[in-house]
Amino acid sequence: MADIMTPALGESVAEATVARWTKKVGDAVKRDEMLIELETDKVSLEVVSPADGVLTEIVAAEGDTVLPGALLGRVTAGAAASPSSPAPAPVAAPAPVPAPAPVAAAAPVAPSVRRIAAETGLDTSTVAGSGKDGRVTKGDALAALEARAAAPAVAAAPSAPRPVHEREDRVKMTRLRQTIARRLKEAQNTAAMLTTFNEVDMTAVMALRNQYKDVFEKRHGVKLGFMSFFVKACVEALKDVPDVNAEIDGTDLIYKNHYDIGVAVGTEKGLVVPVVRDAETLSLAGIEKAIGALGKKARDGQLSIDDMQGGTFTISNGGVYGSLMSTPILNAPQSGILGMHKIQDRPMVVGGQIVVRPMMYLALSYDHRVVDGQGAVTFLVKVKDYIEDPQRLLLNL
Amino acid sequence: MAQYDVVIIGGGPGGYNAAIRAGQLGLKVACIEGRGTLGGTCLNVGCIPSKAMLHASELYELANKDFAKMGIDGKVTVNLPVMLQQKADSVLALTKGIEFLLKKNKVDYIKGWGSIAGPGKVAVKAEDGTETVLDTLNIIIATGSEPTPLPGVDVDQKRIIDSTGALVIPEIPKSMVVIGAGIIGLELGSVWRRLGAEVTVVEYLDRITPGMDAETAKTFQRILTKQGVKFKLGTKVTGAKASKTGVALTLEPAAGGDAETLNADYVLVAIGRRPYTDGLGLETVGIVPDKRGFIANDHFKTSAPGVWVVGDATYGPMLAHKAEDDGVACIELIAGKAGHVNYDLVPSVVYTFPEVAWVGKNEEELKAAGIAYKSGKFPFTANSRAKVNHEGEGFVKVLADATTDQILGVHMIGPQVGEMIGEYCVAMEFSASSEDVARTSHPHPTRSEALRQAAMGVEGWTMQA
Repeated sequence: MADIMTPALGESVAEATVARWTKKVGDAVKRDEMLIELETDKVSLEVVSPADGVLTEIVAAEGDTVLPGALLGRVTAGAAASPSSPAPAPVAAPAPVPAPAPVAAAAPVAPSVRRIAAETGLDTSTVAGSGKDGRVTKGDALAALEARAAAPAVAAAPSAPRPVHEREDRVKMTRLRQTIARRLKEAQNTAAMLTTFNEVDMTAVMALRNQYKDVFEKRHGVKLGFMSFFVKACVEALKDVPDVNAEIDGTDLIYKNHYDIGVAVGTEKGLVVPVVRDAETLSLAGIEKAIGALGKKARDGQLSIDDMQGGTFTISNGGVYGSLMSTPILNAPQSGILGMHKIQDRPMVVGGQIVVRPMMYLALSYDHRVVDGQGAVTFLVKVKDYIEDPQRLLLNL
Repeated sequence: MAQYDVVIIGGGPGGYNAAIRAGQLGLKVACIEGRGTLGGTCLNVGCIPSKAMLHASELYELANKDFAKMGIDGKVTVNLPVMLQQKADSVLALTKGIEFLLKKNKVDYIKGWGSIAGPGKVAVKAEDGTETVLDTLNIIIATGSEPTPLPGVDVDQKRIIDSTGALVIPEIPKSMVVIGAGIIGLELGSVWRRLGAEVTVVEYLDRITPGMDAETAKTFQRILTKQGVKFKLGTKVTGAKASKTGVALTLEPAAGGDAETLNADYVLVAIGRRPYTDGLGLETVGIVPDKRGFIANDHFKTSAPGVWVVGDATYGPMLAHKAEDDGVACIELIAGKAGHVNYDLVPSVVYTFPEVAWVGKNEEELKAAGIAYKSGKFPFTANSRAKVNHEGEGFVKVLADATTDQILGVHMIGPQVGEMIGEYCVAMEFSASSEDVARTSHPHPTRSEALRQAAMGVEGWTMQA
């Protein structure tokens, strides 16, 4: 008998939800065959069978919340599968085991604490335990409830869920969606956030791209897009205006001398922001390759938590969906986020003449606690300059 | 001779358990005992033989007083020599068992009286007078305790006896006076009362069993009185005159007043125990015991490097299981592990009938500390198993913090409660609340259900009373 355990979920990820079992009790499984899909705040991950044999028990049912190390189910090694064709249950066939209450913690939870959790929805895994080996006592749980009641109800949930009317559907938010919601709201509640705008003439970059896109692709095996230019431009602008690459920690400011640029990617399940590491060391091709690899992982649900941690600045491109103008929300604790938008031919006055130019509005949302207006505007103008005249990137101007 | 890692002076519960643990952890260890048998006071002249006598005398009393109620007729009589012999046989077998355990764990059991002979040296004087000196890195003092003498009442082990003598009285006394209403006096007094003696307990304080929860002690005294024990509380013993056939005691009210004389066949002095630390060579390593003979310790370390102390020779309750816990923790610390004893949760048991058992704080201690608490109580009269066994006396009382519901103390008087207190020791070690016990399934019908019902009582949902 081999236990299927919840794997380590990564830094700062406390729990996961069992999204899907790919096998039923009684099914034959192969070692390393995918059995369970877990969903965490940040990523989905797969749990594979620890052995060849038969899935004999599902302990954590779909929708259950599990902690690292918790038992998910059991595989009996070497056993033969029960016939999958309709057949009377033979004596030897393992009966489906009713899933017991979700495994709430690695250490067993005291009966009183289980009762409190069940009645109040208190997440006991977040309560600091004062009992033996850090176990949560009834007193700890009661104190946590009191603290919860005393905390200002920022978004007090309605006491009873409102009825769902006809022509409405009630759907449980995925963990990813809940995390997005929480983090966006936290950013808004914390930062003194405002947005400055500019517009950029894309003529030069588009010309460069058109001229070299085929050779580029042939040489580097990746398409030349606009994003790499913007990453490069932002890195240079961040070097010029270091405040935008800083974050607040208590009463200190932390200035980062590395440029890890988060690139927001829309996926089926929601927005994720994988990070292009050390972008200042990468060529345009290197950046395109990094973005391509991360984007594929995101769409396949394969992003690891490491892929999304530690960015210093973020770029969000609403233009791919046609957005003309937006005010992006910061990706806390970062102090700046660049919004790219749709490229649109517009009449511009150049040298006293009205000419048609491919234009893009740029938005920089920034944390005014860290970045002054002058810095923010300077940053955005620098990005505009680099894009309008990409040779500056080459010359570090 | 090769150097030892640990030499333990004393083969009682503190010493022999330390020795076994040391053996388990791969230390080279010797255990010195001069008594001739292992097990210390507890096994040779204390807990164990007294339980043998308590069990036998309880069955005797049960047969003559309660069997008829259950439809069993007939009279049984006491064969005292056999009763004493079966006790001695059990004790001997158990001492051999410990000897085997020491051998199994590769402990050198050295017969003789041990004393410290300077840093890292322990002298052993064998019965034949030869002396050897052991070299060791660590010395553990586990010499235990002895009965405290009472000035003016000199123990001769003939008519004036201590707890050791009370286990081998060769006849059933007609009358016996027990000086001291503590656990030892009440247990041994109960033995001889059941066998036929008229027992009077004389106590200086105005209550019995100091340290026991006051409500429980009051109930306990009422039950013992009903059984025929007489109590003279608040009374001082000022002198004793022993003859060949008995003892004349002079008593005075503790608060002052007229003296009186009390005659008895035997007088048992059971006013407490004192550490046994004389003649141990403490001066050779600069250890100075306190006035009463206790050796101070900090996590079992004495003031002398490499010298440790466990059990009755140092502070804390003078109980075999406390000494055992001390011994294990001390060895673990010597071996670089995290040995620890939770002195707040050392249980106490009085092995009378009914038994009394408690752990944690009593109501008086909680009040004195200003801790707000709730109490849940359940009587054994309402417990089905106790009822059908005709054992309805007593109760279980659970005290829990008024805010957190954490169990702070449990006090029980009733049938075999000593066997059941361990449940609450475990619960409290894990900081359990009364609700945790109340929501834990207990088998029906058992007396242990009373423990659960009392826990329910803390939050007002006792169901069976």
